[in-house]
Amino acid sequence: MIEFKNVTKVYGSGNKNVTAVNEINFHVEEGEICVFLGPSGCGKTTLLRMVNRLIPITSGKIEVDGKDVHSMDMIKLRRSIGYVIQHNGLFPNMTIEENINVVPKMLGWDQSKMKKRYSDLMDMMGLDAGQFQKRYPYELSGGQQQRIGIARALAADPPVMLMDEPFGALDPVIRDHLQNEFLKIQKEMKKTILFVSHDIDEAIKLADKIAIFNAGKLMQFGTPDEILSNPKNSFVSDFVGEERSLKRLTLLKVRDLVLLMDGFKKNISNHEWHGQVISVNENLKTALAILLAAPNGEACVVDENNRYLGILRVSDFSFLTEIHPKDFSIVR
Amino acid sequence: MTSKKTEKLVKIGLGVIALAILVIAYAMGTFKFIIENPDDLINLTIEHLKLVGISAVLSIGTAVPLGILVTRPKFKKYDWIVLNFANIGQTVPSLAILALVMSYFGLGWQTAIFALWFNSLLPILRNTVAGIENVNPQIIDAGRGMGMSSKQLFFKLELPNAMYAIMAGVRTSVVINVGTAALAFLIGGGGLGDLIFTGISLYDTGIILSGAVPVILLAIILDFILGRLEKVIIPRGLRRTNEAA
Repeated sequence: MIEFKNVTKVYGSGNKNVTAVNEINFHVEEGEICVFLGPSGCGKTTLLRMVNRLIPITSGKIEVDGKDVHSMDMIKLRRSIGYVIQHNGLFPNMTIEENINVVPKMLGWDQSKMKKRYSDLMDMMGLDAGQFQKRYPYELSGGQQQRIGIARALAADPPVMLMDEPFGALDPVIRDHLQNEFLKIQKEMKKTILFVSHDIDEAIKLADKIAIFNAGKLMQFGTPDEILSNPKNSFVSDFVGEERSLKRLTLLKVRDLVLLMDGFKKNISNHEWHGQVISVNENLKTALAILLAAPNGEACVVDENNRYLGILRVSDFSFLTEIHPKDFSIVR
Repeated sequence: MTSKKTEKLVKIGLGVIALAILVIAYAMGTFKFIIENPDDLINLTIEHLKLVGISAVLSIGTAVPLGILVTRPKFKKYDWIVLNFANIGQTVPSLAILALVMSYFGLGWQTAIFALWFNSLLPILRNTVAGIENVNPQIIDAGRGMGMSSKQLFFKLELPNAMYAIMAGVRTSVVINVGTAALAFLIGGGGLGDLIFTGISLYDTGIILSGAVPVILLAIILDFILGRLEKVIIPRGLRRTNEAA
């Protein structure tokens, strides 16, 4: 668990003081991804870097697992927290294997343990351990480099990870792909992750909690659904954008909507249907897009085994009025 | 493909020019002098190499640590003093340094070595400072965030990543010094300048060239050897990035 208590950062330049982070209070539960969201210069990166003390705190306290980070040994603290930055920050003078084993080596692991950890991490990242072992960062594509960057942060299995726009420099297709892989990995790893982003869609997709900042102040803290359905002030509603109700749909699956519908037609044989098909596991935004593209505004819902479950129409979305994702037993 | 071809052409062209110079040198009687006095040439070459070698070791030993020192956060504000000092060292003509130092060290090879050392400080110092300061700050940030101590940051990240620039400085100053060391003769420092200046006083082009050609060959050979050394010293992951840049 990470707790921010009255965290403040003031940069002094001569007699002019600039408050970059102003009295921040919130906490992130263990195993959650908390996305720090906001425009550039809102203090989100400063706040992140104060957690591993790359930036000293002016006043207030940051506690990781109940321990004030300023009472801990700085080097030990940093080695126990995974750190990923934009443009990956891989060390060009080291091979991929050496890069991944930087922290384990500093912690004094033995060779065989590091070798095993390297190949485990490469497997997890979907990269061939043998092929990349002796290669250097410049020989890899941007997406591969970023994967290595994440693997490197995971190497010593730290309970907490700090990620500063790790997917920011990637093209949209690779970014989407890596986000999905990242979520898959997180499902197993259950790390506590602080994740800086300026992309609302990325935040909705990845976050358990979102913290929105503006001009050093915390504007709102809550689940993606709370932020989208109930923006606290005009800054938040402007930031999440006009189509926030549309964005909310990405938080729900077709399965969730179908469960709400009493009259969902079940008796359809495979032979009758020739129109559009939607999987129950699809998110509702994609489902809506498919329905709008369908000639008669209808599509057939199928389960994992391609069995036909029933017909979905655009009008069925009215069942969602005043319903929040947290009301479902199956959320995401 | 085309760049490889032009590179080949240029190399062949340079080879032809070098060959032509050797032929002209032969026609002027250079090799006659060398053939008649092989011991002279060998002794002078060894002296010359000693001058260059000792001064290079000394200047690397001074300039690299000094460059590292002024890039440490504590001393960063003084780096302009050191760099300006080295700049002055470079602007004073080598001959003038020889004359000035002579009044303290007297005649002899020590004076020559001091002058050569002073002269070669700047390229190495400036390249060391530039090399370290130009290491990508994101790498340093990543290293610090992962819990590297300042010592580890320096030896694992800053120094290896600055090696290319540092080696370039060493190479430059050594090659320049091979030429400058010819002046050592003027203050009794020995070296191949002996032949060159003797040739000048005798109006004998053959003797001049019998000193000058070995100096040129020495510079080329040393540059080649240092180039090989670079391949060993500079981390493999960096070579490509710098070739591309």
